[in-house]
Amino acid sequence: MSTPFYVSPQQAMADRAEYARKGIARGRSVVVLTYADGIVFVAENTSRALHKVSEIYDRIAFAAVGRYNEFENLRIGGVRYADLRGYSYDRADVNARGLANVYAQTLGTIFSSTGEKPYEVELIVAEVGKGPDDDQIYRLTPDGSVVDEHGSVAVGGSADSISNYLGKQHHDGMSLGEAVRLAVQGLARDPNGGQDRTLTQDQLEVAVLDRTRPQQRKFKRLLGTQLGRLLETAPATETVGGAGTGATADDEDIPVAPPEEPGTTSSDPE
Amino acid sequence: MEADTRGTGRLPAAFLTPGSSSFVEFLAAHQPELLPGNRHRGLPQSGVVEAPHGTTIVSAVFPGGVILAGDRRATMGNLISKRDMEKVFPADEYSAVGIAGTAGLAVEMVRLFQLELEHYEKIEGAQLSLEGKANRLTTMIRSNLGMAMQGLAVVPVFAGYDIDEGRGRMFSYDVTGGRYEEKDFTATGSGSTFARSSLKKLYRRDLTEEQTATAVVQALYDAADDDSATGGPDVTRKIFPVIAVITDEGYRRMDEDEVSSIARRVLEERLESPDGPRASIT
Repeated sequence: MSTPFYVSPQQAMADRAEYARKGIARGRSVVVLTYADGIVFVAENTSRALHKVSEIYDRIAFAAVGRYNEFENLRIGGVRYADLRGYSYDRADVNARGLANVYAQTLGTIFSSTGEKPYEVELIVAEVGKGPDDDQIYRLTPDGSVVDEHGSVAVGGSADSISNYLGKQHHDGMSLGEAVRLAVQGLARDPNGGQDRTLTQDQLEVAVLDRTRPQQRKFKRLLGTQLGRLLETAPATETVGGAGTGATADDEDIPVAPPEEPGTTSSDPE
Repeated sequence: MEADTRGTGRLPAAFLTPGSSSFVEFLAAHQPELLPGNRHRGLPQSGVVEAPHGTTIVSAVFPGGVILAGDRRATMGNLISKRDMEKVFPADEYSAVGIAGTAGLAVEMVRLFQLELEHYEKIEGAQLSLEGKANRLTTMIRSNLGMAMQGLAVVPVFAGYDIDEGRGRMFSYDVTGGRYEEKDFTATGSGSTFARSSLKKLYRRDLTEEQTATAVVQALYDAADDDSATGGPDVTRKIFPVIAVITDEGYRRMDEDEVSSIARRVLEERLESPDGPRASIT
């Protein structure tokens, strides 16, 4: 006769968290940064059709890492929630805070229900405001925690090291080009301190919530030549130290990781 | 059920269940009472309802796009209930819908139609084809048939730029949801007979965007001239028709200065010849 196992609640929760964390760590990261005119989302994603970054509503977008079917399910739920709410009340009554709360409740309930396996996803819900001070970024973890982020955030495999890097490099009022290039530098870094990878345009999914867009819907994907231009090394007017120490050796067509400023890189050994 | 949209509880199972990309179908399954067609269930089947009516909508294609325009008058019986009503709305980035008929129902239908197109686009990550959009509108008009039979009809014109074919197209509808693609120009609403006759004499396939807009304003003037429910350009109050232009650059509403200068020019000419420009009979 077998003795039923006893697992303490602490242990059960820790196991579930570990399970979810491992699932997420297998995937590539997504980076979200504020810039002067809004919020930019950069994901490493070779697929043109299966998105990691999507529009939810007028001023709200969604980015996710982890299991595709799980976050896609949450994305559709979010679109339905936002559209239904906007239809029942008014478009102005749909906001990121409400959506983040609904996602937190949903993820939290799934995480602590014994009947379901926890979702292996990490989400970002961001809303662009009228001015930079009104921008909101929420990060959601599989256990349903919500973190209110400022400036920059990364989720996914090597999120910690990327977040750390972005936190040091990011500043308010960056241009879109600066923000995209910084995001790509972040994604290209090797968390173990090795040689940075080179990410080309085809490996990136980039979208913005641009508050200056005249349309009601502020979400826009950046594709093709427009993205190519943004990724090109900054022109001389922008401050990029040309003869930096960490110049990438093998940038062929599109140098997505421009030479970094000597002062800033040396102080960041990660 | 209502609480689902208000509270900050967990997303209900219906939200996370794989389903169609249609918002209307989602609503029908999850909160059917919010669908316009269902809101009127249980109302008396007879009796007359007096409600504001939108009147004349005109549309015409030109090389590179399509124009959709509407006068600004809403009437209730023989009264003018509104002088500055909007009857032309963007449906999405590349299409617009103009409405004639019971104003309250029509505006609600447009709101749901806009949402339906946007919802599809967000879920699928791609836009519906122009035909697909036109067909979605058919379904929504048909769901209003019960109301239409009680005199509360909604009759829209749908116009858009077909990206695949690279040209402007337009569709007119009847109350049963019958959908008819129109080649050159069309009109709907109480003043449509006069507007269509007017356009018939003025329209040519090689007109520029501005010339087409002028022809459309002439047509609306003629509709207002003979139909009491259609309002002409109101110079004293500075209320001019709404003119939407849809090209490969998307939806654009002509700004007030543009429309006012076209309308003033038309009025100016009518001072000389009240019946408008003459077609050649040679």
